[in-house]
Amino acid sequence: MSESDKKKPNRRDFILTATTAAGAVGVGAAVWPLIDQMNPDASVKALASTEVDISGVEPGQSITVLWRGKPVFIKRRTKEEIDSARSVDLKELKHPEKDEDRAKNPEWLVMLGVCTHLGCVPLADKGDYNAWFCPCHGSHYDTSGRIRKGPAPTNMEVPKYVFVNNTTIKIG
Amino acid sequence: MSDHDYQPSSKLGKWFNDRLPLLTLSNHLQEYPTPKNLNYWWTFGGILTFCLITQIITGIILGMHYIAHAELAFGSVEHIMRDVNYGWLIRYVHANGASMFFLAVYIHIFRSLYYGSYKSPREVIWIIGMIIYFLMMATAFMGYVLPWGQMSFWGATVITNLFSAIPFIGESVTNWLWGGYSVDNPTLTRFFSLHYLLPFLILGLVILHIWALHVPGNNNPIGIDIKKPSKDTVPFHPYIVIKDLFALLLFLIVFAFFVFYSPNILGHADNYIEADPLVTPAHIVPEWYLLPFYAILRSVPDKLLGVIAMFASIFVLVILPWLDTSKVRSAIFRPIYKQFYWFLVADVLILGYMGAMPAEGAYLIIARVATAYYFLHFLVILPVLGRKEKTLDIPLSITEPVLGGFPNQATTKNKQNNRENL
Repeated sequence: MSESDKKKPNRRDFILTATTAAGAVGVGAAVWPLIDQMNPDASVKALASTEVDISGVEPGQSITVLWRGKPVFIKRRTKEEIDSARSVDLKELKHPEKDEDRAKNPEWLVMLGVCTHLGCVPLADKGDYNAWFCPCHGSHYDTSGRIRKGPAPTNMEVPKYVFVNNTTIKIG
Repeated sequence: MSDHDYQPSSKLGKWFNDRLPLLTLSNHLQEYPTPKNLNYWWTFGGILTFCLITQIITGIILGMHYIAHAELAFGSVEHIMRDVNYGWLIRYVHANGASMFFLAVYIHIFRSLYYGSYKSPREVIWIIGMIIYFLMMATAFMGYVLPWGQMSFWGATVITNLFSAIPFIGESVTNWLWGGYSVDNPTLTRFFSLHYLLPFLILGLVILHIWALHVPGNNNPIGIDIKKPSKDTVPFHPYIVIKDLFALLLFLIVFAFFVFYSPNILGHADNYIEADPLVTPAHIVPEWYLLPFYAILRSVPDKLLGVIAMFASIFVLVILPWLDTSKVRSAIFRPIYKQFYWFLVADVLILGYMGAMPAEGAYLIIARVATAYYFLHFLVILPVLGRKEKTLDIPLSITEPVLGGFPNQATTKNKQNNRENL
């Protein structure tokens, strides 16, 4: 036994290694479909965009629409809310983002109404910043939807959206 | 396994047993020598087996009437409750059966903690048990999602979002778990499939758990090694069988009380509202048996660290046999451990209560202290205590303290000997 251990790798060792490697690749390729079938399927991905009529929303009001199974907040902000969002020093923020980057049109804030902690829907006009407050684990967001206090790690996400015309937003 | 020299009396039995030794196994289970001082805390193994079988049978039946579809699931559960013959009974047994299962498993685990049943040579039994416990939590969680009520939906959202805390790949992992961009129909159908599968994995692990138990044999209240079979043991059948059945009857009284008199007291009224992805219920709480872990999750202000702390609180249990350094098993002979044991029981109950309360103000502070103490108990107190604690004298056999008048210095090993012999 000890003598053969000392021997250099021979052709049999090469065949064994090559067979094992090819087998491992084959098993990996066979398992991948079994794993990938759980990813979002074609019918889910097809529901990628939605158009929303915002003509009836007055300043201070907000509407919630469903996009990809998630709520999207469309808030028409008042002057005070815009001012309070834009006057914040970025150094105070846990996840520093300018309000100008989050709301291209300052009057309209469009974002996923999903708390970045564990996915609950925050309540409007509540919390320390009188904006959004998540009832599940106590995250406070400001009038720009930025995380200010609590366990959530990041600001509420702003999805891709465009103003199709003055009264319609296309999300996605 | 004690004796393998069993021979069936009938010719047919012998013929069969030579080919598949099932009769040897059955004989082993009857004759299996059991410590004669086992108390009623030891009956929960049998009770848990009953709970698992009950959940599997009622679950298979519910699966015949339930429809795993986001549009139809909520209605199909109401159909079971109102239309299916005895559907209300079978569903209430299944729903409350989950709670009874956890009640029994917590008693079973805390019995092991008190009497040191997880210590050498029973570490593998303990680890298999912890895997079973973890699978039970996964199964119960997925089962709770199936009725597709508000608590189902938002519980699923919160728990699956735990995985989004993983750095870099978190979002891909959650989308993979959901089969979409939020909890929706694909999530429900896969949860149904896995909820059906996991109990059978648990059943397989239960068989391994019992197999591993039958190698060293049962621990016992005084935690000493005993000779088997000897005057310190009794055969499993009929002694333990009858005792287990009697305990099961008492347990069934509690079970039946919940099923027939307050079937919804352990649930949440919000789950009788159909799932609505636009509205989160004002106060989300998991089922009572997950509350201590939920309290640990919420007591950490950072998302990733909170998730790590929650999983770590289960993992410290898995490595417990190596954290507890004391060679003496039973808390009866560990006066200081005994006190810390009850502190831990109180700590877990406090965590459970805090998990049900809103995460703010004094509740949050108490939950943080209780979380810190939980880890302190396992990671600091147990390793140190095992080395420092002055344990009491241990009897030589189960019979000896009865005959000799316990504690009797003449017939007990002194401490010095214990250290050497154990």
